[in-house]
This record gives sequence, C-alpha cells and structure tokens, in this order.
Amino acid sequence: MPATVSARDLNHGYGSLEVLAGLNLDVGAGEIVALLGPSGCGKSTFLELVCGLASPSVGTVDVGGTESAAGRLAACAWMPQRDCLLPWYSALDNAALASRNQGASRAAARARAAERFEHFGLAGFEAAMPDELSGGMRQRVAFIRTLVSGKPVLLLDEPLAALDAITRAELQEWLAPVLAEAGATVLLVTHDVEEAGYLADRVVVLSPRPGRVLSTEAGARGTPGDRAEVVSSPGFNRLRERLLETLGSGAPR
Amino acid sequence: MSFRSWLPPLVLLAAIFGLWQVAASSGFMAEVLGLEPFLVPSPSEIADVLWRDRSLILENARPTLVEIVAGFGLALAAGLAVAVLFRSSDLVRRAGYPLVVASQTIPVIVIAPVLVVWFGYGIWPKLLVIALICFFPIAVNALDGLRSTDPEAVRMMRSLDASRSQVFRRVEVPTALPSVFTGARIAAAVAVIGAVFGEWAGSDEGLGHLILQDNAQLMTARMFASVFVLSAIAIALYAFIGLLERAVVRWR
Repeated sequence: MPATVSARDLNHGYGSLEVLAGLNLDVGAGEIVALLGPSGCGKSTFLELVCGLASPSVGTVDVGGTESAAGRLAACAWMPQRDCLLPWYSALDNAALASRNQGASRAAARARAAERFEHFGLAGFEAAMPDELSGGMRQRVAFIRTLVSGKPVLLLDEPLAALDAITRAELQEWLAPVLAEAGATVLLVTHDVEEAGYLADRVVVLSPRPGRVLSTEAGARGTPGDRAEVVSSPGFNRLRERLLETLGSGAPR
Repeated sequence: MSFRSWLPPLVLLAAIFGLWQVAASSGFMAEVLGLEPFLVPSPSEIADVLWRDRSLILENARPTLVEIVAGFGLALAAGLAVAVLFRSSDLVRRAGYPLVVASQTIPVIVIAPVLVVWFGYGIWPKLLVIALICFFPIAVNALDGLRSTDPEAVRMMRSLDASRSQVFRRVEVPTALPSVFTGARIAAAVAVIGAVFGEWAGSDEGLGHLILQDNAQLMTARMFASVFVLSAIAIALYAFIGLLERAVVRWR
C-alpha cells in the first residue's frame, strides 16, 4: 500500500550551514515526484529526513500518518546515490538483504529476490560478486534490494547518476514500468531534467542551498510511446525549457 | 602457493646460510669475533645438533607450542572483545584507549618475573606474557577495521529494516575481517618472543628454558637449533593465519 508523504516548513542545517529553508511538499499515495535541483541544494538531505535517518531541526515530516523517525524508517526504503553493494555477498545475497533483515530465512529471501533477476536482465548473474558486475548491473541489483523491501515509500537518490549517458537512457526506459509495478510512492532525486520529466508525475524544482520549492510542473509519466518519442515531443520540449529556465533563474549570480 | 612465489625467499635464505656456512666453517667469523671456533657454529653444525638432539628439542618444543597457541587464543579473545566494546561506545573507547596503548608499553621482561611470583611456575605466567604482547596488535587492528565501516552502507541497512546486531554481523564484521587477520598475523610473529621471556622468568621446560640452560653451558649450536625451531613455529602460525584469511576473506 503506497503512503502519502508530507513535509511542512522544513528547516535543516549542519552547524552554521543552512541546507533547507522552509521546504513544503505534499506527495500523494502512489505518486512519483522528481526533485530537481542544483548540486548541494539539499535534495539528498531531504530524502534522509523523510526516511527517518535524520530528523529536521525545524518543521515536520509525515509519512503515511506517522511523524516519528522510527515510523518513517519503517515506511521508507532509501536507495543511496552509491549502490552500496556489500562486496562479501553475491549479487543475489545483496538483493535479498532487505528480506533477510525482515526475518526471512536465507533460502526464502534469496528465492524472493531471484524472481526479479530475469526481469531485471540479471539472469545468470545471481552468484556473481559485485566487483564482477558492470555499473548498470550493480544499480539494478540495488534496485531489487530496495524493491523487495516491500515498503510503501521508495526514496531514490540519483539512482542513475553514476552511469554513462547511454546506460542511463536505457535504464530510465526500463525503470518506468518497474516503478509502476512496484506501486509505491516514489521520491526521485535527480539533476537530470529529462530523467525527472520522463519518469515523474510531478517535477519539483528546488532552489540552490538553502533549498526550498521554486516551482512544480506536471511530468510526462504514463505518456504513450517509447522514451525517445516522449522526450522529443513538443510538449516535453516545452517542459524541458520551463524546467531549465526555473533552474537557471534560481542559480546564484 | 606456487613454486614461483616460494623461489625468491628460498634463494635469499640459501644465500644467507651459504655465506654463514663459509664464514663459520673457515674460522673467519671466530677470528673476527676473537672467539674459540666452537662458540661460532656453522649452519651444518646446527643442523647436526638439531638432528642428534631432536627428541630433547621436540620434548621442549611441545610445551612452548602449547603456551603460544593458548596465549595467542587468549589475546585474540580479549583483543576482539575490547575492539567490539570500544566500537559500541565512544565514551568507553575514549576512556579505555590509553590503557590499551599502555598495555604495549609494559616491559615484558620486567613483568614476567612478577607474574611468576604471582602465578607460580605453571603455564599461566607464560600465557599472560604472550597474551600481553599479542593483545595490542589484535585489538588495535580489529578496532580500526570496525571503524572503517562505510557509514552509508550502515544507513542503507537501517533503511532496509536491519537491527543493530544485523548491521554488526552483515556489515561491520565483514568490513573488519581483513584488519583482524592483519593484527592476528602480527601477533603470531611476536607471540614466540613472549613465550621465551615467560620461560626465562621461571620454568622447567620449553625451548626458552632449554636456550637458557644451553647458554650457561656455552652450547651455542643447540641454542641456534632451538631458535630455528622457535622461528619455524612463528612462521607456521603466521602461514596458517594467512591460509585461513584466504579461505575466509574471499571477496578481496
């Protein structure tokens, strides 16, 4: 069951560094929202506040009706920017980590993760160690690890940023139905305008640090056609221009 | 291990022993040192004694080996326990770390006789001396290993419902293992020194005891023979830990 996410007047900082200043955001159950913003605007910090790994200095975050950090931790699955695959586990054991943590037996957890390997283009790589996998494959293992947690909210921190442009475009196209199937509420942090516009229901543009919401645009999620068609359509071009303009207007002078 | 990796140390060792053999058997070394030739044994004389007195040396090697293995085990248990304790609490670590460093500054040669006074001629003073020497490298390396854990991996695990003990078992312990093995290998190499000091402080058996006796009787060849056996014990323990590491830490 997807859950709602609601942030109210979030302020957060590290020492004298102000990272978020008055951020407000509401995400509906099952909605995919992309957070777009320049580097260092507090996007990653925001995800960590939402998932309960940190608590805001000022303001509240509500996930599925609970504001406690423990409740938020239980409701959210966080996928960090680096894949964080554990080098001592095989691809399959890495993918099975969430189920293992939740108390499933090793066999049951592996079986559950293994179901996804074929669909994720990883068939035959179950026993491979992380250093034997390409960047794109590692990222897909990390996706399985996040998805099999079965959590109602997925927080993806620049999941494709470490990949080359071609792999990134391919994985964006692959990710769309994967996220639809997951049926979760998704917060996707990215600095890639096309990725945000293509994958999300809504694109939220953040200001440079300290981050707050500059604008919200409707994304192209669910538009029929393959990725190349969608991102070259006149409508998407206008969206791209508006997003880039907002990003540029907020840039420091 | 392959022949190629064994070859360089073997060649070096053979060269050293060859030079020693020539220098000792020609009387050159004794002359330079101004000693009687029988005080400067050649490797072949040492090998002779090693073979001739093999039962005596073996008889004394057994208790020394037991002391080393048990003392090393004691240090391993204590070192790992302290590392885990220090990792679990920053306050305990800051309070206890100076003591761990101090443990390494205790002059073993001074403390060994005291331990004999306290615990008698049995195995305990030897165990404690060996454990004292081995404890520091094991504890410090294990703690460094635990502290090198990737904090982002820990947060990823917490977000995926890992408990504190699951984070420990699945992230921190595997992260620390290579360092733990490094500490254990260093400890294995120095454990032998602890055994000799422990026996010198008071014992009626062991290779350290035998060396002390042979020293009093100027039996230098047999002293060297005992030293070689001690070295062999240390190298064997070191190699065993290395093999264990290769079997356990397979992701490296």
